[in-house]
Amino acid sequence: MKDMAQPMDPKLSQVIKLAVLAVGGQGGGVLTGWIEDVARACGYAAQATSVAGVSQRTGATVYYLEMAPASDGVPIFSLMPAAGDVDIMIAAEMMEAGRAMIRGFVTERTTLIASTHRALAVSEKMEPGNGIANSDEVMAAAGLLAKRFIAADFEALAVANGSVISASLFGALAGSGALPFPKAAFEAAIARGGKGIAGSLRAFAASFDAASGTVEAKAVAAKPASVKSGPMMVKGPVRMVVEWHRLRDLAGTLPAPVAEMALLGLKKVVEFQDLAYGAAYLARVQDVLGRDDASRGFALSVQAAKYIANAMCYDDVIRVADLKTRGPRALRIAKEMGLAEGNLMHLTEFMHPRAEEIVGMFPAGLGQKVQDNPVWMARLERWFGKGRRLRTDGLLAFATLYVLGGLKFWRPRTVRHLQEVAHLEAWMSTALAYLPQYDLAVEVVKCQRLVKGYSDTHARGLSKFDRVLTAAKRVAGRDDAAEWVRRLRDAALKDEEGKALDGAITTIRSFT
Amino acid sequence: NANEAAAAAMLAASVHYPIRGAVTFKGPVGVNVASDALANLSSSGVNGGALIILGEDYGEGSSIMQERSHAFAMKSQFWLLDPRPNLTSITKAVADGFELSEASNSPVMLMVRIRSCHVTGSFATKDNVRPKLSVKDALSAPQSDFARVVLPPMSYVHEQDKIKNRWPAAEKFIVERKLNEVFGPKQAPVGLVIQGGMYNGVIRALQRLGLADIYGASSVPLYVLNVTYPLVSSEFLAFCAGKEAILVVEEGQPEFIEQQLTTYLYRAGSTVKLHGKGILPMAGEYTGQVMLDGLTAFLRQAAPDMLPAMVRAPNQDRPKVPDLSKTVPIRPPGFCTGCPERPIFAAMKLVQKQTGKLQISADIGCHLFGSLPPFEIGGATMGYGLGPAANAAFDGGGERRSISIIGDGGFWHNGLSSSFGNMAFNKSDSVAVIVDNYYSAATGGQDVMSSRADNATKATKHPISKALKGIGIDWVRQVDRTYDVGHMRDVLLEALTTKTPGPKVIVASSECMLNKQRREKPLAAAAIKEGRRVEAPRFGVDEEICTGDHACMRLSGCPSLGLKVLDDPLRDDPVATIDQSCVGCGNCGEVADAAVLCPSFYRADVVHNPSPFEVRFAAFRARVIGWLQARRDRRRLVFEGAA
Repeated sequence: MKDMAQPMDPKLSQVIKLAVLAVGGQGGGVLTGWIEDVARACGYAAQATSVAGVSQRTGATVYYLEMAPASDGVPIFSLMPAAGDVDIMIAAEMMEAGRAMIRGFVTERTTLIASTHRALAVSEKMEPGNGIANSDEVMAAAGLLAKRFIAADFEALAVANGSVISASLFGALAGSGALPFPKAAFEAAIARGGKGIAGSLRAFAASFDAASGTVEAKAVAAKPASVKSGPMMVKGPVRMVVEWHRLRDLAGTLPAPVAEMALLGLKKVVEFQDLAYGAAYLARVQDVLGRDDASRGFALSVQAAKYIANAMCYDDVIRVADLKTRGPRALRIAKEMGLAEGNLMHLTEFMHPRAEEIVGMFPAGLGQKVQDNPVWMARLERWFGKGRRLRTDGLLAFATLYVLGGLKFWRPRTVRHLQEVAHLEAWMSTALAYLPQYDLAVEVVKCQRLVKGYSDTHARGLSKFDRVLTAAKRVAGRDDAAEWVRRLRDAALKDEEGKALDGAITTIRSFT
Repeated sequence: NANEAAAAAMLAASVHYPIRGAVTFKGPVGVNVASDALANLSSSGVNGGALIILGEDYGEGSSIMQERSHAFAMKSQFWLLDPRPNLTSITKAVADGFELSEASNSPVMLMVRIRSCHVTGSFATKDNVRPKLSVKDALSAPQSDFARVVLPPMSYVHEQDKIKNRWPAAEKFIVERKLNEVFGPKQAPVGLVIQGGMYNGVIRALQRLGLADIYGASSVPLYVLNVTYPLVSSEFLAFCAGKEAILVVEEGQPEFIEQQLTTYLYRAGSTVKLHGKGILPMAGEYTGQVMLDGLTAFLRQAAPDMLPAMVRAPNQDRPKVPDLSKTVPIRPPGFCTGCPERPIFAAMKLVQKQTGKLQISADIGCHLFGSLPPFEIGGATMGYGLGPAANAAFDGGGERRSISIIGDGGFWHNGLSSSFGNMAFNKSDSVAVIVDNYYSAATGGQDVMSSRADNATKATKHPISKALKGIGIDWVRQVDRTYDVGHMRDVLLEALTTKTPGPKVIVASSECMLNKQRREKPLAAAAIKEGRRVEAPRFGVDEEICTGDHACMRLSGCPSLGLKVLDDPLRDDPVATIDQSCVGCGNCGEVADAAVLCPSFYRADVVHNPSPFEVRFAAFRARVIGWLQARRDRRRLVFEGAA
């Protein structure tokens, strides 16, 4: 048998293979159409395919193009991208870039253009804790695998220019220089498209500049860096401002890492209630500090400063009403909604107070009695427990919330307040009682994170908190106790019902 | 007709008359539904060309189970075309298909894959030809011949006719018209026998191996089966002559083609070695990598000299690919932003919180996405229109009633008779929810009987509830705004607990948001431009009030409802946020209310072109509110930048 292997057809190296991975609704079809149009206009033979259907409905989807200089013959193009055989990979979202890499579409020959923004998958959003996938891993992998990696928030670039991401990705493709076509040819394709031309061209231009300016592995997106610990300017009656400065300076005298957190906590509790409440907060932090250990970097006090503030600022009707009636809020929303000059805005709030919230505002003695009386609770639920839509741009609804938001003077006498204080003290004393098991105490302090949400969600959070603290007792004394509490807390944040937590507790029971 | 069985039955026009007809649907689901009509059509035989165009979408994006329509061609004896995936070949196959059908008096199936359905390219057109006999002519001179009716003894004659006349006629046509193609050198030790649809994939693999040029000129002989049924023995054996080994590239399973070709070789006493499944995988899509690996393995075994040296002795040092499979979340399709079906499933989830888990069956349509997280409602889908039928075994007697879900498309497709007719007839004590979004939405918004739109050629505006009453179902609740989650929940609870015997049916109606936006967005934009008053709603979240527990996400999954990581060291968990793609459907507010979630949602209605009175009144209110706010701020500490 003679050797039939032949050298690769040199024309094959002129074939450009381009894949687009997008989420349905991002306009991947429009982008594909533009690219095909540019290629044809520039004397290339081009073929595009897509997997339509799922694309419209939020699923991940692939578009694929091949092109080669036109000639007399008809080139045979593939209908789908193959692993290791893609020249240009456009990912319209960060995790789709990850998916492209999983599928082998990004290799040492690939120019990867990715938008760093996230369109979260349902699985990421459902977790009670933080289920957001780690973009850094994808970024690192892209830097490792791709020949060139062009990354920017092309979604933001598009929105800032009044357009959609297909336009900005098209600009990035042009700017990358990965296709042998002049900038004007790309712009002409947009102009031929016919819809939203001006916005598309603006987004195109912005992304062209962003992509052509980027060099190899210039990837890392700017992280939100600033911490809200600036000078903290305040306005108000003089005696209050003076007292605030005293408290602020007092917080400043704490060891550095604690001071930073305590200052934020102080602001939060003062906004929640008043300056006296702020003083009480600092006293609680100082108590913890008194039992802390400098050699451990005051980790216990830092966490205490954080979570005591959160625990002291529980979510009651007064807080919600106050936040909903503050001046800058309507301005902020108007800005978010892009309210134009001459237009008006109606604001509707969705409230559903239950008997629990109503009784929560009763004075301690009476409140406790009513809470223990199911007949009265049912009665209150019947009277008050229904969904209320409040038009806070209207006077009546605003006035109602305004009055409720002004009940801070009353708050310390409410049954809710007493219960929250009891919770806080029990939790902190439990945590501190674990000393000198320092790490365990820190982890128990952090468990306050589980208490969040309103109504049922809040109740479930509290019950998870209790279960984790009960389980903590079982592991106390072991070397890995802190690690176990951390695991329990993470498990509790995995799902709503607490299935993962049940599993973790069962594991603990098996060895204790 | 949008029902495959009814559409296929329409091809009966080709039985007696020289009238051409074509129908199109998905294989195998469409073929399954149509199989009754197709079997009878095949038995009777056709006079005019009858073409069934199938989308058999293997691979990603496929929404159907992976079965092959090939089996239907085999069992009913009609022919299957699988042309090369370019527009010239596909359009030629349409013309060939009609002629083959006429030449062999048999229906013909033309199969295209999902990507070839959406592939771009060009082809030469031909002039339209007026039919020899119009439908009008046929109707004026009706024909019938009892010999074509599928009744014994004629049906036995049909079977003999299929084998003795139609099949040989088809083979003759296929050979004479060269429907199958042979490429590459005449003499070679090996060859590839491939389905037409695999052609581009095979060529790409050969190109990567240096065995084909950009135009597909191949060093390996190819026998391209543009007709995959019937397989012509003589043509195949001629291709095999002089070769030592061949590889059959046949996507899908079972390997019908490979088995048939093996039989041909065996019967001919051939010594040619046939490879196929084994070197290539039995199941799954033949992707670029699968094809490259398969061809490489075949050539390494059968003709190693053909492979470039690099492939023969691979010595590659690739960078290790980091494992991202645990990082990257799956992203199945789901409900669109503002979908009216989301609140129905939110309500059902709330109902199950009260009642405990229910037995729920689903149907085909967008609403099947309700079976995915965050709702996870519905555990079976048996077919279009069969949702309630799939729950027929659970038609009463349990502690809690079962619920079945069906769409308006499925209802009219055949649900009215096969699902609801039987619920009524069998006095089923169960609940059915009809998701009525005004369209056959999952397929792109075509009209159905109950659509609200005016349609020049179709009868629309026939309420589903009226049809239900007509078949004797009296417990019917019409919900006209599915976004009212609380109401939806209460109606469901009523249906689950009422003492009324017989079927309980809820018609949950709200327009498909995608179609609504398409229609209304340009109108609203025009109205704003013209200076008319328009209210544009959108939802938002007060991030200080949101505690980051994500309870709302678990009752939504809306693409516009996302998460935001706050720049605040005091906060651990990301909070809910709503982006500008929100269409203000109302689900967020309704769910927050019905499920008693939290007060962080608000709806902002931007009023474009307000009336002068409105403007004055709003200014007055703003003054009062501003005064109150200033009053309070004078008496407390206000932090700069706090909202």
